[in-house]
Amino acid sequence: MSTLAVHDHGVVHHEDGHEHHHKATFLNTYVFSQDHKYIAKQFLVTGIIMAFIAMSLSILFRIQLAYPEKSFPFLTTLLGHFAPNGRISADFYMSLVTIHGTIMVFFVLTAGLSGTFANLLIPLQIGARDMASPFVNMLSYWFFLMASIVMLSSFFVQSGPASGGWTIYPPLSALPKSMPGSGMGMTLWLVSMVMFIASQLMGGINYISTVLNMRTKGMDLWKMPLTVWALFLTAVLGVLSFPVLVAGVVLLIFDRSAGTSFYLSDIVLNGSVQPYEGGSPILFQHLFWFLGHPEVYIVIMPAMGLSSEVLSVNSRKPIFGYHAMVYSLIGISVLSFIVWGHHMFVTGMNPFLGGVFMITTLIIAVPSAVKTFNWLATLWRGNIRFTPAMLFAIGMVSFFISGGLTGIFLGNAALDINLHDTYFVVAHFHLVMGSAAIFGMLAGVYHWFPKMFRRMMDERLGYLHFWLTFIGAYLVFFPMHFMGLEGVPRRYYAFTEFESMKHWLTVNVFITWSAIMAGIAQLAFAYNFIHSIFWGKKTVQNPWNSNTLEWTAPIEHHHGNWIGEIPTVYRWPYDYSKPGHDEDFIPQHIPFSQTMSSNLPHDFEDNPGGLAEHTKWTDAQKANEAVK
Amino acid sequence: MGFKHLINSKKTLSLFAAFVLFGTNLMAQTPAQGDAATVDKGAMWTGIAYYVLLFLVASVCVAIVGKILRVYDLTQKMQGKKGINWNGVMGICCAIFIVAGMYGSYWSLTVQGAMKLPEPASAHGGSIDDMFTTTTILTLIVFVITQICLFGFAFVYRGSDKRKAHFLPHNNTIEKVWTIIPAIVLTILVVFGFFTWQRVMTSTEVKGDINIDVTGHQFAWEIRYPGTDGKLGSTNFRLYTAANKLGVDFKDRNSFDDLSADTLVLPVNKSIRINIHAQDVIHSVYMPHFRVQLNAVPGLPTFFKFVPTITTAKMKMITGNANFEYLLYCNKICGSGHWNMQKVVRVVSQAEYQDWIAKQKPYLSDQLRKELHFADSKPANQVSASNRLAVNN
Ligand code: HEM
Ligand SMILES: [Cu+2]
Ligand SMILES: [Cu+2]
Repeated sequence: MSTLAVHDHGVVHHEDGHEHHHKATFLNTYVFSQDHKYIAKQFLVTGIIMAFIAMSLSILFRIQLAYPEKSFPFLTTLLGHFAPNGRISADFYMSLVTIHGTIMVFFVLTAGLSGTFANLLIPLQIGARDMASPFVNMLSYWFFLMASIVMLSSFFVQSGPASGGWTIYPPLSALPKSMPGSGMGMTLWLVSMVMFIASQLMGGINYISTVLNMRTKGMDLWKMPLTVWALFLTAVLGVLSFPVLVAGVVLLIFDRSAGTSFYLSDIVLNGSVQPYEGGSPILFQHLFWFLGHPEVYIVIMPAMGLSSEVLSVNSRKPIFGYHAMVYSLIGISVLSFIVWGHHMFVTGMNPFLGGVFMITTLIIAVPSAVKTFNWLATLWRGNIRFTPAMLFAIGMVSFFISGGLTGIFLGNAALDINLHDTYFVVAHFHLVMGSAAIFGMLAGVYHWFPKMFRRMMDERLGYLHFWLTFIGAYLVFFPMHFMGLEGVPRRYYAFTEFESMKHWLTVNVFITWSAIMAGIAQLAFAYNFIHSIFWGKKTVQNPWNSNTLEWTAPIEHHHGNWIGEIPTVYRWPYDYSKPGHDEDFIPQHIPFSQTMSSNLPHDFEDNPGGLAEHTKWTDAQKANEAVK
Repeated sequence: MGFKHLINSKKTLSLFAAFVLFGTNLMAQTPAQGDAATVDKGAMWTGIAYYVLLFLVASVCVAIVGKILRVYDLTQKMQGKKGINWNGVMGICCAIFIVAGMYGSYWSLTVQGAMKLPEPASAHGGSIDDMFTTTTILTLIVFVITQICLFGFAFVYRGSDKRKAHFLPHNNTIEKVWTIIPAIVLTILVVFGFFTWQRVMTSTEVKGDINIDVTGHQFAWEIRYPGTDGKLGSTNFRLYTAANKLGVDFKDRNSFDDLSADTLVLPVNKSIRINIHAQDVIHSVYMPHFRVQLNAVPGLPTFFKFVPTITTAKMKMITGNANFEYLLYCNKICGSGHWNMQKVVRVVSQAEYQDWIAKQKPYLSDQLRKELHFADSKPANQVSASNRLAVNN
């Protein structure tokens, strides 16, 4: 396709240039692989499976919400004693929302998203042969898999999975007698989370050290694609905040099993006075949200990075305001550590503290707004190519706007008094996190599928998938805002006991059917994904005419990524449609000396030698013109 | 042609709707018949098979449409024409989406938005609702402009081979503008929000406030009013017994005339101070009509002060609903009964309030009197102090 993209592989290389190659066996190639590209695929496939499981759970509880008084015998067949008489029990309903939330937030949008794309893109886009520590990287995946299995195994416990909500506030989660899910199910939840966090830390440390130490020649920080910036800052957030959750979880384990009172005090449970004294349930909330808020940015920042890249490539335009994009990512990262209290406005925390958190929270909306405007400006006067990836990236921006704006309501402590824990919050975070981050992830899957599987996905099925999902998600979550405005609480098993909430029943039916439609649309994706892995059209070297380094690596995967030397980087990754150049893209590894006709003085800001060359060349051009 | 299509699509749509309803009836049974023993397994499997079939039919349709499109594409190409311009189609879809989406949002806002809460029934509620209106207007403006730009640009600048994109890496002026404008708008919102919040939340106790204890436990609320002395007696969770559900301490003289009530009755235009407690897990006192919410946390008593301004009777007229009642319900996940943990709240005139409170039963029931007689001799604070492994306060 493009001769430029592959030009420095024209030379024949000796095959086994990298000494660290051991003999390839089935086990170390396909199971305990230490190759970052393969680990990325493992993360992706596991993440997708977890996503389908979590989605099915949500369909189950949506059935309950839409038909609270009907009995569905097949539910009993499917779920046994969790759904007696064809109706999901109230306890199991709680388990469903809890495990749905936990899997989606942690297993899909944290591990599935960062795990896949940090593994795939960091080494390939910065020009490294693999991660800093491939072995630890492998462990990261296996801990994640174990955590997933333990989490799912809680469905096979008699008393059911954890059911205190994905935020597992004690005392509910600390007192096994307070609800069935707080027994064995909660124990498994906690064990699973500890393994999960171990996995995140191993992954995160690897991503950080790889980005900092292993960039190829010429790849300074300001030449890194936004994907790498986003994944890097995400890893930093994770490494700094996840340990705090471990601390919180460990203290909770002590309260549950060692009789301590970190989170417990003054408790009379079912008529029996409990011995706990001196602890504070609020302490757990502080620890949880100290992770929990950075966590939501851990979820969205990779999606932002992936979308930025996809939007730029497919608009055939440089990302608008690259520096502003990086600084806003940094700003978001820093600020995300000092806003956690906005989840606790009405816990009885000192109101002054609430006021402070409200200020920091609304400040974080500024960098978010800057990013949005920059995406819009990237589209402006582009030459847009609607690949499925591009559509998903556009959808991501749309959801981020819709959901981000409602954050401004919730961040306002005075408004949060009435909105907290209502469906308004559910609408907010499903749009800004659920939908936007999933769309960023899907954009990434469609875009980098050829890099991962050497084949292309079917575009038309991608279109179908996009429109059904996009419209479906809006139909599901938009009406929820208004339920919240009428004070309809989240995590309610049914609204039948409230006369005032009965008029939402038709809306709930509508939402459920929209969700089912959107769920079925995912089967189009699953089919497309699996079918394309085996029978998709073979990809070319650089299918999207993209500038970043991963498309210079050979299509066939090699341990070590590039055969022979790793390309050197000369320019930023966004030289799309540069005036004066015959093609509408100039990959990062093309030196300025080969593109004299399109160079700008701006390209040589910290390179006086280059600038002198450039001036000489333009002068010569002018002289030529004059002669003519 | 187009008209025919419309009729056809309407027909298929209604057919589809009928199918779906039919299937739902097959799958679901009303609980009356759905007694565990008499569940009709056959009907259940028919229902499932029916839906699977429906899904397969839909998939086949999609596959056929896909094939037709591909064949059309190929024939076009064989005739030397261009195939389907998917890029253009998607651009147009974006345009259609933004028009339909804007209409949909408008519809949702006006129809479902109209179902929101009636006007606030408390003194501080007005300022919260004003903030809400301001924020809504500002965000809606941003919402409309940005979404239109997003899909508008996608449509207008849909790609073609003839054009090249405009190379525009950055523009410092405009970037400064759109950093500073949101910053200013947000600052305004923050300042107003901050003062509203402080006004609502930082209240001190004043003489004349009516103190009411609301205590949450799985899964109900207990309400305790002070007696004629206007003071609530203190509590200690260790004093809990079946007759003394709140663990009221009768060493405290103020306890003797405390009243227990079933309904939260409030005199209109009086300052009410709700003291919020929880016994087992976290609950949340949520009274949306008054714009009141505060969590009930075990071991951390809190309070919320507010002034109800509209009586229940008047709210019945405002909402045009003769059965209207204010409600207090739980808004923090607290177990399997969380979804039905409500109390009726009634706002009445001062005179009605006096009548009502005179009729309330004393908290110190006969049962409790009997019990205390024996329990009195026991010191209150001796429950296993040895169990305290960690004291972090
Ligand atoms: C524009 C900036 C944002 C602001 C001002 C904001 C503000 C808030 C506030 C105040 C809450 C607490 C609401 C309550 O519980 O009463 C909240 C909840 C939440 N937000 Fe945001 N948010 C923003 C962006 C985001 C983003 C980007 C994400 C994730 C990608 C996110 C994810 C969440 C989640 C998951 C919750 C709910 C947690 C729960 O209670 O289960 N938010 N947001
Ligand atoms: Cu947050
Ligand atoms: Cu509750």
